[in-house]
Amino acid sequence: MDVDAPTTPEVDVKHVDPDAPGDRTADEQVDMTGLDEAAAKNRHHDGTDGVHGDHDHVSDNRYIVIAAILAVITAAEVVASYVDLGPVFIPLLLFMMAVKFFVVVSYFMHLKFDNNIFKRLFYTGLFLAVFVYVAALLTFQFFES
Amino acid sequence: MSDTKNDTPDNAVGDPEVQDDNIVSDTVKEAGAIVKDHLSDDHDHRDAHDEFGHTPVDEHDSHPGAHHTSLGLSNTKLAMWLFLGSECLLFGGLISTYMLYRNRHSEGVGPDQLWDIPFTSASSFVLLMSSLTMVLAVSAANRRDDRNTKLWLVVTATLGGLFVAGQVYEFTTFYREGLGYTESLFASSFYTLTGFHGVHVSVGIIMLMATMGMVAKNKISGDKAETVEMVGLYWHFVDVIWIIIFTLVYLIPA
Repeated sequence: MDVDAPTTPEVDVKHVDPDAPGDRTADEQVDMTGLDEAAAKNRHHDGTDGVHGDHDHVSDNRYIVIAAILAVITAAEVVASYVDLGPVFIPLLLFMMAVKFFVVVSYFMHLKFDNNIFKRLFYTGLFLAVFVYVAALLTFQFFES
Repeated sequence: MSDTKNDTPDNAVGDPEVQDDNIVSDTVKEAGAIVKDHLSDDHDHRDAHDEFGHTPVDEHDSHPGAHHTSLGLSNTKLAMWLFLGSECLLFGGLISTYMLYRNRHSEGVGPDQLWDIPFTSASSFVLLMSSLTMVLAVSAANRRDDRNTKLWLVVTATLGGLFVAGQVYEFTTFYREGLGYTESLFASSFYTLTGFHGVHVSVGIIMLMATMGMVAKNKISGDKAETVEMVGLYWHFVDVIWIIIFTLVYLIPA
């Protein structure tokens, strides 16, 4: 065996494509093909990688309008709790709660304009949280009966 | 690296143990050179890249100080969303526990006797408006408007402080009315849930004030707008958790 054979990425350096994202080695280029596509999708018109360009979608005035809508929904929730709405009451409250939740997450947290990976991370946690509640509720029901 | 190989005696060629020693010593030398390169060049890894094929992702493509993943996403932002996803599980567990135990209370000290809906509604409104001021701070930071960034961060922290003060007042009132922490399953689960949320708000206030101080003194080493945005994500998350707590705990009757 020839010990002088290159054992480090020295040779690979010569084959690195200077225009490749992140200056990766040739081997890494093969492995990262799928990821590069995701990165390309994420790139914004201003050349950033989805960190700041996304805020351009909403102006300050729009934020104020959104906050006013949230305040009105909150007021409607409180009013609904004082009025006898019968069987509609709880579904209506849950609906208004969900609207407020998704408006804040989508617009104030910019998740609507951000990369899908962030959405998946957050909504996976949210789904698991709801799953935990349903599982606990069913367990209590099962043992009580 | 090549020097080490040239020093290898001829009789060592083909000896697996000597070959392993060379690989180890080469690797150690390379690692040492890369670490030295990092320390001396302050984020510029080009020397190591040229010499050893160390191939960093270009950290200066979009803005200074930001570290990106191979997906082209900010490491910090990815970590923050992962953290918030895990926080959903924490609060999911606490809210579930409360919902399951909300009817397990002693006579006369249940939700119907204790809740002060107008007061809690006002607290909720304050926290909701703090989300608006937070997003205005992030917007100002993106415009590199330090003056308004600091202003909105302080306003957000003040509104958060108002919310926490309201919660302390509420807890004190409930305690005086006989709702101790160990009074019932309802009391324990209620105080644990809202207490954890209050701690999160308090931590958020510290983060806001620290960020404001760092913006004022220009002490943020990385990307200023991204730092403000990360604090904003945490603050909005605390707000959305309260949106759920307010409806499920206070408005829906037990």
